[in-house]
Amino acid sequence: MDDLLSDFLTETNESLAELDGALLTLERTPDDAETLGFIFRLVHTIKGTCGFLGLPRLERVAHAGENVLGKLRDRTLIVTPDIVSQVLACTDAIKAIVATLSETGAEPAGDDAALIVALNLVASGEAAGPTKAPVAGAKPPPTESEQFDALVDSISGGSAPPTAVAPPAAVAPPVAAAPPVAIAPPVAVAPRAAVVAPVASPAAVAPPAAAASQAQAPAIPVAAAQTIRVTVDVLEDLMTLVSELVLTRNQLLQLARTQENGAFTVPLQRLSHITSDLQEGVMKTRMQPIGHAWNKLPRLVRDLSNDLNKKIELTMLGAETELDRQVLELIKDPLTHMIRNSGDHGLETPAERKAAGKPETGNIILNAYHEGGYIILEISDDGRGLAVDRIRAKVLSNGLATEAELAGMTDGQIQRFIFRAGFSTAATISAVSGRGVGMDVVRTNIEKIGGTIELKSTAGQGTMFTVKIPLTLAIVSALIVEAGKERFAIPQLSVVELVRAQRKSDKAPSEGAGNSVIERINDTPVLRLRNRLLPLVSLTELLALGVEDKAESAAHVVVAQVGQHVMGIIVDRVFDTEEIVVKPVAPILRHVTMFSGNTILGDGSVIMILDPNGIARASGVGAGSESKLLRSGAVDAQVSSDKTAMLLFRAGGSRRMGVPLGLVARLEDIPRDKIELSCGAPVTQYRGKLMPLIAIDGGIDQETPTQPMLVFAEGDRTMGLMVDEIIDVVEDRLDIELAGARAGLLGSAVIGGQATDVLDTGYWLMQAWQDWFRGVPRQGAAAGQKHVLLVDDSEFFRQLMVPTLGAAGFRVTAVSSAAEALALRDAGTMFDAIVSDIEMPVMDGIQFARAVRAGGSWAALPLLAMTAHSDMETARLGREAGFTDYVAKFEREALVASLRASVTELVSA
Amino acid sequence: MATDLLERPETASPTTTTGEDTQVLVTLTVADQLCGVPVLAVRDILGEQVITRIPLAPPEIAGSLNLRGRIVTAIDLRRRLRLPPAPPGQARMSVVAEQGGELYALLVDQVSEVLSLDASAFERNPPTLDKTWAEFSTGIFRLDGRLLVVLDVSRLLALSGEE
Repeated sequence: MDDLLSDFLTETNESLAELDGALLTLERTPDDAETLGFIFRLVHTIKGTCGFLGLPRLERVAHAGENVLGKLRDRTLIVTPDIVSQVLACTDAIKAIVATLSETGAEPAGDDAALIVALNLVASGEAAGPTKAPVAGAKPPPTESEQFDALVDSISGGSAPPTAVAPPAAVAPPVAAAPPVAIAPPVAVAPRAAVVAPVASPAAVAPPAAAASQAQAPAIPVAAAQTIRVTVDVLEDLMTLVSELVLTRNQLLQLARTQENGAFTVPLQRLSHITSDLQEGVMKTRMQPIGHAWNKLPRLVRDLSNDLNKKIELTMLGAETELDRQVLELIKDPLTHMIRNSGDHGLETPAERKAAGKPETGNIILNAYHEGGYIILEISDDGRGLAVDRIRAKVLSNGLATEAELAGMTDGQIQRFIFRAGFSTAATISAVSGRGVGMDVVRTNIEKIGGTIELKSTAGQGTMFTVKIPLTLAIVSALIVEAGKERFAIPQLSVVELVRAQRKSDKAPSEGAGNSVIERINDTPVLRLRNRLLPLVSLTELLALGVEDKAESAAHVVVAQVGQHVMGIIVDRVFDTEEIVVKPVAPILRHVTMFSGNTILGDGSVIMILDPNGIARASGVGAGSESKLLRSGAVDAQVSSDKTAMLLFRAGGSRRMGVPLGLVARLEDIPRDKIELSCGAPVTQYRGKLMPLIAIDGGIDQETPTQPMLVFAEGDRTMGLMVDEIIDVVEDRLDIELAGARAGLLGSAVIGGQATDVLDTGYWLMQAWQDWFRGVPRQGAAAGQKHVLLVDDSEFFRQLMVPTLGAAGFRVTAVSSAAEALALRDAGTMFDAIVSDIEMPVMDGIQFARAVRAGGSWAALPLLAMTAHSDMETARLGREAGFTDYVAKFEREALVASLRASVTELVSA
Repeated sequence: MATDLLERPETASPTTTTGEDTQVLVTLTVADQLCGVPVLAVRDILGEQVITRIPLAPPEIAGSLNLRGRIVTAIDLRRRLRLPPAPPGQARMSVVAEQGGELYALLVDQVSEVLSLDASAFERNPPTLDKTWAEFSTGIFRLDGRLLVVLDVSRLLALSGEE
């Protein structure tokens, strides 16, 4: 291909990309002379260059298009959706020809006569007249009369303008080889939609996009002078070089750290800065606004809306969000597919929408934004949402899961089946979607670039897909681990958490609730993680790095998320995280699927990058092992739900202590001179009352001018716990090791990676108010002391709740499982109310509630649910199962209030 | 019998492609066998290197190493030629060659000099030569007192991943 031609192709491709946008703008604002002029110039340039290069077919098509546009510009014709459809068909034909041209260097053989005739008809004003009612309604085009007749029959009733029907039928053959955008049906239906609903038929284009393309027209001459075209290869090379430079810099810095060599420090620092700037600069050249991947979408949605007879409005937010062009290319297809899905399956027809009380026009919202090294892409629609029942039926009929398994799943888990291979959401295959590219392909493609996809769907309200993708593929953050004396990198994105565990010898029996022990089922390692079994893979065994050390040695488990699966990878050591430049492995190593690449670390050593997907496949986690999937899905839910916000502080020397944030009423910093002594005990005036102060280490003689303290409150009583320093609030799971022999402490837990003493709030409250636990019951004494059953699997929580509820005037019996509770029932014990946790092993709160309500002496008792996550869905489920009320964990006052309310209700009832 | 043709190009003069009748080889030793590879195929000669093991890789692959920021796949020539492994602790050298845009390092026992050899001293592989050797050797040079096996670098590197 000669240079001239390739230049022409580059230019034409750019023009064509702008054309679609501009045409749609024109359709919305038919009087926009500037846009019209811009479109005309683009087509004219294409035509002119074709003649020069000797491309007769392209020239003829462009010429016909130009004729129509010329008439529009001269105001002989008025812009109507029909005409725009016609011109779009023309640009499609041009695109198809250009595509072949760039592949083969020659024009494809083919005949565009029909299209040209149609365009000429439009140009002569016969096809789509200036008014909405077609003038040339009865006059058939001179050619293709047979096809035309057939089509007219098919849309009998025939208010459709005939010429608008004929062309698409004729367009189809030459364009057959073209990308699927140019399929005939969209155009064929377009006029019909236009007649039925002339106002709403043009697909609404997002305001920003429209504004952009409007602004583009005048800006082009200026912009052209300030940009140059550089081949992508040059940029890629630059990127590689810069990556090397970064690595070398890191190496130097590491050397400098170990050597005290003053002379190098300053220049090295400068080099470091410049390298960072350079890296940023080069990265920027590769960054493109995500809008580039979106520019085809308005057109797609317009066609969709015509094709499906739906009114769709596409809103695109954050089009200027930038990401690496390589990533951009890779998300284009999944994105297009998802938008198609939203339009086709997600949104209802106008009639259905009306019936559901929604506005006729359905919305698809595309939103992109940056979040910590990732781009978050949200694709949401306000359609009917995913039909859980239909998915369930489909899952069953496809044998992806059994009925029993499905029964134990939440709606969210069932909805996630749409990402599974072999699951097509389309009941019937329409022209638009369901063409074999399912959501599993979308998921695979997104995961291939290190991204994740999640979905949230509410029946009747819509569906939202959230895609999280890394900004760039070139540099990733990775966790460096060691196994079998070798170091490996695991991409940070797939790491959920790290667990320190103990390797256990095969024979030794499990020691009760000991902390994280790797157990073996017939040599398969598993880990009990928050009451679930986590499948484990030993990296040493998997990579044949020698014999796994089975003695009682410490190990680390890297909990990794692979798609919907969670698994643990056993490693010997965990180092820190490092930014690494991913390099592909040598071709002779490509068959080792366990690695996604290799890289050079800061110390100059080569390290292999593990591919969690490959590991999952190799170890059987993933497709084919359904039970594992289900269990790990549950683990997934567990991870997020079991976290507790802990307030960390320092007190009693420099001990790190923590207390659930929900128990603390306020944090205060009280000036030291405001602390007075009353009966030898420190107090302060707080909100018009005297508040007793308690110091954990007993003394308050500190030098600092103010005293930080945690304020606990109950009714109108307050107590200040003086601490040395308030450190932080950390969301972490509370795995308490009950070694708390010391008064005032429940025990220790690992919070935020450090051993932390957990405060026994009840003890300190007692210290402040001797009658704290005796005083309050008087309030409820009138109704007699109520007996409450507390069901919670967490030792810590029971420890916490028993005194708390006791303080509120209840007599409390605590049991650790639903089974124990039911045993009490069967033994005839009676309570006034039951408080139960939701997440429990074996029998969860929901099942427990069902069992209680099913009959027996407790069937009418108030039943309160406590859960760490209190979203609407779980609350609904809980109510259905028979819970009277729903309280978030650690919201003590809410629980007490709710308990009081339900108990008194019972009394009055 | 050809005369001794041991020449040593002391300067790095571009005589590597002198006429058709001389061949310039980098000589190396692997398990006491003198071998040679065409000097044009060689990118670098490296001393002892830190090599990262690659788990699950074919046995011939010793690992990968870092050559000025590029990752080089190291192939153990002894294993490739089905020779006994090197005694532990022996320092090994690498001959770096490029194939298909990728760099490979051939781990050998010792790299010695560059020789310019007359084609008249060249002979084809004797038909009785061990199959493994015959596969990787293009022929033999008769040197004074020793025989030099000319190795075919591209065949040495043609490790299919499936092996």
